[in-house]
Amino acid sequence: MSEQPVMVKEPVRPSHEPILEVRDLVKHFPLTQGILFKKQIGAVKAVDGVSFDLFPGETLGIVGESGCGKSTVARLLVNLEEATAGQIRYKGEDITKLSGRALKAVRRNIQMVFQDPYTSLNPRMTVGDIIGEPYEIHPEVAPKGDRRKRVQDLLDVVGLNPEYINRYPHQFSGGQRQRIGIARGLALRPEIIVADEPVSALDVSVQAQVVNLMGRLQDEFDLSYMFIAHDLSIVRHISDRVGVMYLGKIVEIGGDEEIYEHPTHPYTQALLSAVPVPDPEAREHRERIILAGDVPSPANPPSGCRFRTRCWKAQERCSLEEPLLAVPPVFRGTAGPAEHESACHFAEEKQVVPGE
Amino acid sequence: MPEPQNPFDDGRQAVAPGGGAGGGFDLAAEEAGTLDKVPGQGGGGDLSEKPRSLWSDAWRDLRRNPIFIISALIILFLIFISLWPGVLASQDPLQADLSKAQQGSGPGHPFGYDQQGRDVYTRVIYGARASVTVGVCATLGVVILGSALGGLAGYFGGWWDAILSRISDVFFGIPVILGGLVFLSVITNSTVWPVVGFMILLGWPQIARIARGSVITAKQNDYVQAARALGAGNKRILLRHIAPNALAPVIVVGTIALGTYISLEATLSYLGVGLRPPTVSWGIDISDASSQIRNAPHMLLWPAGALSLTVLAFIMLGDAVRDALDPKLR
Repeated sequence: MSEQPVMVKEPVRPSHEPILEVRDLVKHFPLTQGILFKKQIGAVKAVDGVSFDLFPGETLGIVGESGCGKSTVARLLVNLEEATAGQIRYKGEDITKLSGRALKAVRRNIQMVFQDPYTSLNPRMTVGDIIGEPYEIHPEVAPKGDRRKRVQDLLDVVGLNPEYINRYPHQFSGGQRQRIGIARGLALRPEIIVADEPVSALDVSVQAQVVNLMGRLQDEFDLSYMFIAHDLSIVRHISDRVGVMYLGKIVEIGGDEEIYEHPTHPYTQALLSAVPVPDPEAREHRERIILAGDVPSPANPPSGCRFRTRCWKAQERCSLEEPLLAVPPVFRGTAGPAEHESACHFAEEKQVVPGE
Repeated sequence: MPEPQNPFDDGRQAVAPGGGAGGGFDLAAEEAGTLDKVPGQGGGGDLSEKPRSLWSDAWRDLRRNPIFIISALIILFLIFISLWPGVLASQDPLQADLSKAQQGSGPGHPFGYDQQGRDVYTRVIYGARASVTVGVCATLGVVILGSALGGLAGYFGGWWDAILSRISDVFFGIPVILGGLVFLSVITNSTVWPVVGFMILLGWPQIARIARGSVITAKQNDYVQAARALGAGNKRILLRHIAPNALAPVIVVGTIALGTYISLEATLSYLGVGLRPPTVSWGIDISDASSQIRNAPHMLLWPAGALSLTVLAFIMLGDAVRDALDPKLR
């Protein structure tokens, strides 16, 4: 394994202003009781104080297990859900409070690619109508006579035959459908694409095609991606930076090498130790961190650090004091790859990926 | 739009297999790969072809469907005899010759005579108007009112949905026959409209429930979220995305209900609160003849046959339209 070449990727350095700044984003879903007269008895804290920046041209990967709030963050970014609190600043302007015309204008620039290509395309619309719909909603983007040509160009760009314009979604395979979904997302020439597990529903061989297509389109159209997935390998392949979420919070965020090779948060370490290793010999020597118990209910999260109920390092301090997402003091000023933000009182490096 | 590139040409560097965090798949192999174009599906069309939509495709499909053509011809014929019954029947449907009561078919009278000695053929032709009017108008009213109320309730939810669902429960609780006796006995107008109105009043909750359910199902699909993320308004989402996908069950139930309404008209007429003589309708004739079925079956069979053919034609039409609106069945 030690001879394996490591991924070659030019890191996108945050040289300029972030295109999207998310600050203390909160989304609580109320839990109600009663049929006609609803009484709120609590809230599911799906997203509870998430902050990050997205820079032009970069890919920010978000990983975490099911139910940690990844998809809710995605839906908040494209304004499909209304934030309970916090800000999403697109080029400095808070978009969480926008409505009407201003919201429509922002939507042109932030588009989404959905998880399941089988439900995200209307089965009763032709491919031409699906990809052309953005132009009908935003007629100022393309004059009427030009739209069909644009749709065909988009089909070509995502690697589909432009002659398929009159076909219906059921005539395509899963990977082809996801390409159609991507073409729809590109139609308005957005600057940001939020991809919510865009390949999770696809066959493994097709996943790579779609991920590489997204990589190519990023260069071609100068896109910023927010790429959400639970497959760590895919996220590593496409991302410049990676954020790890647990129970509605980001627990660790940094460059992909910082997270994958030098994780300092115990949850990230546990997550990485679960990645399958293709080499059987290396597999025997590696350490698997098996977490005890289940993810606590987001309606009633633990006090202090949310991971403490399953963490092998947990001490009393963890239940009293919530660790903030910041560079841990032990690594501050070391200028090494471990110097990245990690929300743990006892952050330390631990070799989890064998052979490297 | 920049010059489209070769789709095989990936701008990024592919990773060596098994590199990094132990990737589960082989990223290098795929670029050699197969951008699978749908194989062997003819008729993809060339670029100069006209843009197609669901409705134009459905119409193309229907024109070639023999079931649609047959049912449409029957329905057109029914509409024709409803408007101009005199073209096909030269006699008077009310003219009675008691000496010929219950006689079978004879020259000039292919369907024979009824209890009162009236010509059954003429009455079947003239009866189409009342029966088709009741069936079609009641069905249209129920489908329009029911799917509008149910669909909006399902789409917007909340208070509107809660109130509407309870109101439809109340209407479901009213027995049709008892309701008909109460409502229609106070109305002296003997045209078809009070009967149609009564059927719409009691019939809409059935369609409303079905429409509400299928709108809720359609609403949860990601393509509705995708349209909303693009900035589509409620009107566009309802008309372009939800309505075409929620229509099928409404069409099926609506066309079956059409037959029920025509027979309900017969039942109400039998009870003396529906249409009344001298109005001619299949329902009245069927209920008159049903007591004489052993003496003179022809009196029952001809109007009942006309009724069955009408119901069958509408059900076949509904079925053909529903299939044509589902691209998967093409």
